[in-house]
Amino acid sequence: MPNYLLSVYQPEGTPPSKDELDAIMKNVRANQDEMKAAGVWVFSGGLAGQETATVVRDGGALLTDGPFAEAKEYLGGLTIIDAPDLDAALEWGRKAAAATTLPIEVRPFFWS
Amino acid sequence: MTDQVTQVFREEYGRAVAVLVRLLGDIDLAEEAVADAFAEAATRWPPMPPSPAGWIITTARRKAIDRFRRERVRDEKHVEALVLHTGSEPEEEGPVHDDRLRLIFTCCHPALGTPARVALTLKLLGGLTTGEIARAFLVPEATMAQRIVRAKAKIRDARIPYRVPHDVDLPERLDAVLAVVYLVYTEGHGSLPRTDLATEAIRLGRQLLDLMPDEPEVRGLLALMLLGEARRPARTGSGGTLVPLHEQDRSLWDAGLVAEGHELVRQCLRRGRPGPYQVQAAIQAVHTDGERTDWAQVVALYDQLLAITPSPVAALNRAVAVAERDGPEAALALVDDLDLGAYHPFHAVRADLLRRLGRAAEAVEAYDAAIALTDDAAEQTFLRRRRETAQGS
Repeated sequence: MPNYLLSVYQPEGTPPSKDELDAIMKNVRANQDEMKAAGVWVFSGGLAGQETATVVRDGGALLTDGPFAEAKEYLGGLTIIDAPDLDAALEWGRKAAAATTLPIEVRPFFWS
Repeated sequence: MTDQVTQVFREEYGRAVAVLVRLLGDIDLAEEAVADAFAEAATRWPPMPPSPAGWIITTARRKAIDRFRRERVRDEKHVEALVLHTGSEPEEEGPVHDDRLRLIFTCCHPALGTPARVALTLKLLGGLTTGEIARAFLVPEATMAQRIVRAKAKIRDARIPYRVPHDVDLPERLDAVLAVVYLVYTEGHGSLPRTDLATEAIRLGRQLLDLMPDEPEVRGLLALMLLGEARRPARTGSGGTLVPLHEQDRSLWDAGLVAEGHELVRQCLRRGRPGPYQVQAAIQAVHTDGERTDWAQVVALYDQLLAITPSPVAALNRAVAVAERDGPEAALALVDDLDLGAYHPFHAVRADLLRRLGRAAEAVEAYDAAIALTDDAAEQTFLRRRRETAQGS
C-alpha cells in the first residue's frame, strides 16, 4: 500500500497550557493506537521548536541557524501511514486533526 | 467528423472514457484510446454499427492494446497503473455500478479545487476540448491546459480513488458533484448566455439522474436547470438587454421544458425528501405556472429553503418575493438587515425597492453602487436604464 505523510502544522506563539497539552497528548496517543490497530501506522513523531533547527547546504561548511523558512505556522510533527488511497488517508488525516486540534497536511509519497 | 459520429461522440464520449479508465487505470491513456476510436469511426461510419457505444469501447480497447505493443517501454508503468485505482476495492461495494459515476466522483473529488473539478468533468465526461473549456471560462488555453494536467497528476500521484463513495460519505460527495454541474449551468446561463455550457450541464444532469434515480436532489437539480433553460428565449430582449421575469413574454418560453421540469418537481414532492435544489426548482415551477406568479407560495418556499440552508443570498431573494406579496416597504426593511454590501444584486434590489417607494435620490445612489460592482455589460445597461426611470419619477 502507498505511504502518506500526515504533517501537523502548529502556530507560532504561546503553546497551550499543561492541562490542555496533556489532554491533547492523550488523544494523540489514542489516535496512534487506533492507527496501529488498523495496521496503517508506520511512524509518528513530534518535533522540537523551529528555533532548534539548523540548515546544512551542499558543498559548503556554512550552517545556518534556524529553520529553512521562517513561518507563522510550521511543521510541528508528522505521522507516516500506509493507506490504500487518498480517501483512506484523508480519513486518518481528519482523525489526526481532531486529536491534535491542528490542521493536518496529507501528502502522498512519490517513492520510499 | 460526420454528424453521426459527432452525435455519438456527444452522447457516449464520457461513458467510453469511463470504461477505459477502469480498464487501463490511467486517464491519459483512456482519453488517447477513445480519441483513436472516434478517429477510426470517422473513417468507417456509415454504416453505423448496431451499438455505436459498444463499437467505440471495443475499438478503444483494441487501440490501447496496439499502443501498448508499439510502446513496450511504457508497459511496466501501465501494468502498475492498472492496479492503482481499483486494486483494494471490490467493485460491488459502492451503491451504484456505472463507470461514469465513478469517473464523476473522481473528477469532483473534494481534494481537487473547484475550477479543476469543473474542467475535468467537462473534459472527461462532456468530451469538450481544453480550448473549448478555456473559451467558455474566459481563461487562456495554456492556463486551462495546466489546470487539467495538474488535476490529473494529483489524481494519479495522490491516488484519488476511482469509485463511487460509500453510503456514509455519499450525501456530502454528491453535493460536490451537483455543485459542479450547477456551476457549469450558471456559467452558461449568465446574462451573456453561453449556450454550450448550459446544454452540457443539462446533459450531465440527465446522465446523473439516469445513474442515480433515487437521489431526489439530482432530480431537483435537473428540474431547476430545465425550468431556467425554458425561459432563456425570453430573458434577453433586442440588443441583448435583460428582461426581468414579470416583463417576459411567456409565449417565448419552451413549453416542453416547462412541462418536463414541472413533472420532475412533482416527482420530488411525492418523494418527500426536500433539499436545496428541489426547493429552488419548486420556486422556478411556481414562476412558470399559469399567467402570474403566486408570490405567497414563493415566499413560503424561500422560508423552507432558508430553513434547510440559511444564506443571505436566499434571504435577499425571499425579500424580492415579499415585495410582491406585501409591498416594497416591508421588503426594504428585510433587505436593509442583510450584510451583502459587496454583492451587486443586493444594491440592485434595494435600488428597485427605493424607486418604487419614490425615494429617487437614494434609489440613484443604490443603482450606482450596483453598477460599480458588476462587470457584466448587459447588466450595467439594464441598471442604467432603471436608474434613468428612477430619476425621471
